[in-house]
Amino acid sequence: MCLVEIEGMWKPQIACAMPVAKNMKIRTNSEVAYKAQESVLEFLLTDHPLDCPICDQGGECDLQDLSMKFGSDRTRFTDIHFEGKRAVENKNLGPLIRTEMTRCIHCTRCIRFASQVCGLDVLGTAGRGGEMLVGTYVDKMFLSELSGNIIDLCPVGALTNKPYMFKARPWEINRANSIDVTDATGTNISVNYRFNRVLRVLPRENEEVNQEWLSDKGRWSIDSLDIQRLVTPMYKCNDCLVATEWDIVLKMVSKQLKCTKPFDIMAIAGPYCNAETLVATKDLLNVLGSEHTYIERNVDYSEAVVDIRASYSLNICMKNIALSDKILLVGTNPRFEAPVLNARIRQAYMFNECDVYVIGPKCEYNYHVEYVGQSVKDLSNAKKYLQNAKSPLIFVGIDQLQTPNAVTLMRELIRISNSLKKSSDWKVLNILPKEASFAGALEAGWKPGGLKAIQSLKPRVILSLGADDVFRQWSPPKDCTVIYIGFQGDSGAACASIILPGSAYTEAGGTFLNMECRSQYAQPAVSPPGKARYDWKIIRAIAEYCQICLFYTDPDSICRRLAQISPNFVSCGTCQKRLFEDLIPQLLANDSSDCVGQPFDVCMKKLKEYYCSDIYTSNSPTMVKAQKAVMKMEKSPYCHV
Amino acid sequence: MLSSLRSGVKGLWRTSARSLQTTAKLQHDSLFVHRDSPEDNPSIPFEFTPENQKRADALLEIYPEGHKRAAMIPLLDLAQRQNGGWLPISAMHKVAELLNLPRMRVYEVATFYTMFIRRPIGKYHIQVCTTTPCWLRGSDTVLNAIKEATGCEVGGNSPCGKFSISEVECLGACVNAPMIQVNDDYYEDLTVEDSKEIINKLKKDEKPKPGPRSGRYASEPLWRFDLAHRTTDRTWLWIAGFT
Repeated sequence: MCLVEIEGMWKPQIACAMPVAKNMKIRTNSEVAYKAQESVLEFLLTDHPLDCPICDQGGECDLQDLSMKFGSDRTRFTDIHFEGKRAVENKNLGPLIRTEMTRCIHCTRCIRFASQVCGLDVLGTAGRGGEMLVGTYVDKMFLSELSGNIIDLCPVGALTNKPYMFKARPWEINRANSIDVTDATGTNISVNYRFNRVLRVLPRENEEVNQEWLSDKGRWSIDSLDIQRLVTPMYKCNDCLVATEWDIVLKMVSKQLKCTKPFDIMAIAGPYCNAETLVATKDLLNVLGSEHTYIERNVDYSEAVVDIRASYSLNICMKNIALSDKILLVGTNPRFEAPVLNARIRQAYMFNECDVYVIGPKCEYNYHVEYVGQSVKDLSNAKKYLQNAKSPLIFVGIDQLQTPNAVTLMRELIRISNSLKKSSDWKVLNILPKEASFAGALEAGWKPGGLKAIQSLKPRVILSLGADDVFRQWSPPKDCTVIYIGFQGDSGAACASIILPGSAYTEAGGTFLNMECRSQYAQPAVSPPGKARYDWKIIRAIAEYCQICLFYTDPDSICRRLAQISPNFVSCGTCQKRLFEDLIPQLLANDSSDCVGQPFDVCMKKLKEYYCSDIYTSNSPTMVKAQKAVMKMEKSPYCHV
Repeated sequence: MLSSLRSGVKGLWRTSARSLQTTAKLQHDSLFVHRDSPEDNPSIPFEFTPENQKRADALLEIYPEGHKRAAMIPLLDLAQRQNGGWLPISAMHKVAELLNLPRMRVYEVATFYTMFIRRPIGKYHIQVCTTTPCWLRGSDTVLNAIKEATGCEVGGNSPCGKFSISEVECLGACVNAPMIQVNDDYYEDLTVEDSKEIINKLKKDEKPKPGPRSGRYASEPLWRFDLAHRTTDRTWLWIAGFT
């Protein structure tokens, strides 16, 4: 389809395979070029079914668009032997991707994506000529953390979204530009919805962050938003939750807050909170007189973690990871913790001859890695691998920073990174957070280490902003009231005394800081179900019932408040410079660990552990199906790539 | 009158040029997807014999480090020969393992080339050429004779399991048409009797003499063609367009 006319060559030339030469005169829209393109299109269409009315790609199909542009209004295809058009049997690529291989036009984009970006050579072409098949040859599924992107890549309806099958047409859908919250990369997404229901999620191009990819979790865990939703305020009465009205629960909450000593009140934030909620909650607690605002995640290698951005975030721009030539991964598997970031590492590996070294357990990586150790002890050993690099990078999994070894680990890593030669604006040491709310919470002044704080402070009232993990490890005593503000009724809501139904990221939107501390704004798509409300408005209402005046009432005024707290919140899409980085070594806590030999542990080692890694995703039927498919695939004799 | 006839014919020509003409599609006789069968599935182990392993190592030796995948076709061929003329899925897996390549890259090659046969076939794989020169010289009768003698259909195996027949495109022996290829040997200048005789010998596991059956050594002219004779031969002058 890319035939163009080049002056001096009397035949049309294939643009994508033609080397550019000096003084070349290329015509892309001359009559010859159009005629040639039209003919190619006609050949494509002779072997393409005319099933646009039942095809999911209809309306966003490249071939359809081209036919509209070039296509003849009548067919020259005469089937004089009544054999029908080419028909190809469908493949089973798993529970996420639906195939209709008859529609395939053999562009091999999916094959190249799988091989180059996913690093999983499962797809290929079998046979040749008119009978060439794109597929797996053997009975095998295509399961990868980025597999959904081949649906977007496919120019026709050969690969379509299985959970979204026959749900809607693209022209009926409304789109809201949003941010993915299933990991901390801040992947730009477009939430597609209709009749107040989220139907699917597509990636939005952002060269700085996610290129044009989206992880499978971000794409398909949205059906979790319909499962176990909290739609009405509830309070606990005789171990039973009673549905009630907002007025009643807000009165209960305010009474509870006002009757408790301020230092017995604590707020704990879950992984999906937006900055608005975090700021409002902190304001409320501060006005009440409490300073206890904590996130679930613990990072305790330094008291100053909260104050210095460089100590808890990815210090390099995601885009620049592809320029690295030596990477050391310390107790992390970015493939599952941040799939979109991992695509950059793979890019460096593929196109920049990057060597990847790992200190940690054996994991499924999609590039060749060299395991150089297991624990903090092996760090000094790893130094020599990075020695000669021009642009080395070290990635530390956030999980490693809540172990007793964190201080020793960070001290060693800072020493290594300072000893390496590099240009002044190249930051070697990077920390990989996992939660979408992590950077935002620390920016707003929340403190890490929720579980530890609960255990030491023994608060009487806990305001939980969708925090579930803490309540799996700790159950509140009798005299402790848990007020749960969230959207999903799981372990966090189960032990709550009062439940206030909040809204999910598709409903509330809001400002999210990704792992680079890049602030991005997610637009709300649909309205919250039932009596659920925006989280920050709930907090605002609680304040009102407590006779506290928080001076913001609408998105504009809370935006101004965000700007007061940190200008970074409102400078959307930009990456701020890291400051005071050199202070971190001086602020490190004292070494208290005597178990430096303890090997690092990584939560998501294999693909089957990726899909249902937290409460939100394990509530998603699609993710559960995907996980089952991986387990089934592992038993297959063809599981080896 | 004549001119109107010409324009009428031209019009006919034009209309027939407008519509695409298709011929009956000749489908490939093998599948391009793998289906597990009792004879061919990944749980059947495949290992090179020690002798072939040496050959495989020698083949790998030819190619420099980083370009070892170039040995894929020779290795697949070696595996096919070891396995009695066909390539099981486990042999492909073995080759992928040797070359340290994803299996799909080996499947792609094995399905692309028609000389890799991915279904169990008989001991004697008879490939009958039916392209134009052979067809003009009677390859259809040869094919029918072979079908009859072996009791085997094109693309299938004979009931005795010894023979398999494929219809192939030009094997490059057009001068000696019609011809067949049995495993690695060409049998040329065939008649129906010749083909029957070849099959009967193969049934007894004797090796028929390969080469032309017409008495010539290779592809030299069938009749004596000396220079002195040619100068006076009017027919030759006519053929050559001199008269």
